[in-house]
Amino acid sequence: MTYPLSQEEIQAALCERHSPEIQEKLNNAHVAIAGLGGLGSNIAFSLARIGVGHLHLVDFDKVDITNLNRQQYFMRHLGMYKTDALKEELLDINPYLDIRTDCIKVTEHNIPALFADAPIICEAFDVPENKAMLVNTVLELFPDKKLVAASGMAGFHDSNAIRTRQVMKNFWLCGDETTEPAYARGLMAPRVAICAGHQANLIVQLIIEAY
Amino acid sequence: MTVKVNGQERTLDREMTVTEFVEQEQYTITRIAVEINGEIVPKATYSQVIVHNGDVIEVVSFVGGG
Repeated sequence: MTYPLSQEEIQAALCERHSPEIQEKLNNAHVAIAGLGGLGSNIAFSLARIGVGHLHLVDFDKVDITNLNRQQYFMRHLGMYKTDALKEELLDINPYLDIRTDCIKVTEHNIPALFADAPIICEAFDVPENKAMLVNTVLELFPDKKLVAASGMAGFHDSNAIRTRQVMKNFWLCGDETTEPAYARGLMAPRVAICAGHQANLIVQLIIEAY
Repeated sequence: MTVKVNGQERTLDREMTVTEFVEQEQYTITRIAVEINGEIVPKATYSQVIVHNGDVIEVVSFVGGG
């Protein structure tokens, strides 16, 4: 397939914005994103746009009409698996990225195999029990990997209540840590994107420190 | 005895297991991650690991949304 831009043209543009030395680190980086909803789809867009070279996208779900208020999908994606829809979109931004997808529900049992490769793992689930399960299992099994999780980003109150906090040596938490979805305080694009931005920016910091 | 929980000094009346501690503190056990003195406490060991005087405990309690 021929694309409107060559790999060299995209690299030149990314280097112009980011500098060649930073871009080389981004090109070589490998990030796994668990959950491709309001957090994960926004994080993946950010990382793909700056040319993070190796992305691993994990979700079992399909795009639903109620996702369109905050998640990076379009009407044409309704009913598609999020892994397929998001990969298609990211390759529209940069077709030279290495994107692995796993359309699977993450459990304690498949975490060892699913997340063995990426040195940075991003928790972007919706259900608190799933967040805790992934965080506990990754911290127990992979103490050397960097883990970036999120908790508390519903509604539309104070933007600045959302923050990034280093909880342990290799575990960071983004969010206000309290606001869960409730009636008239549901998950909305702006505040979810703020939290996703915290996670994505921290991942960039970790990439640039590590590589 | 005194411990530090999420940055706050706390007095506990005795040593207890992590399970007893998180139940006493009314956390939902399926939604938390617990570290003591910088180390993650594996979930399977909550009923064996003992909270001691002087421990620095961090409990992350996840809320929904993503």
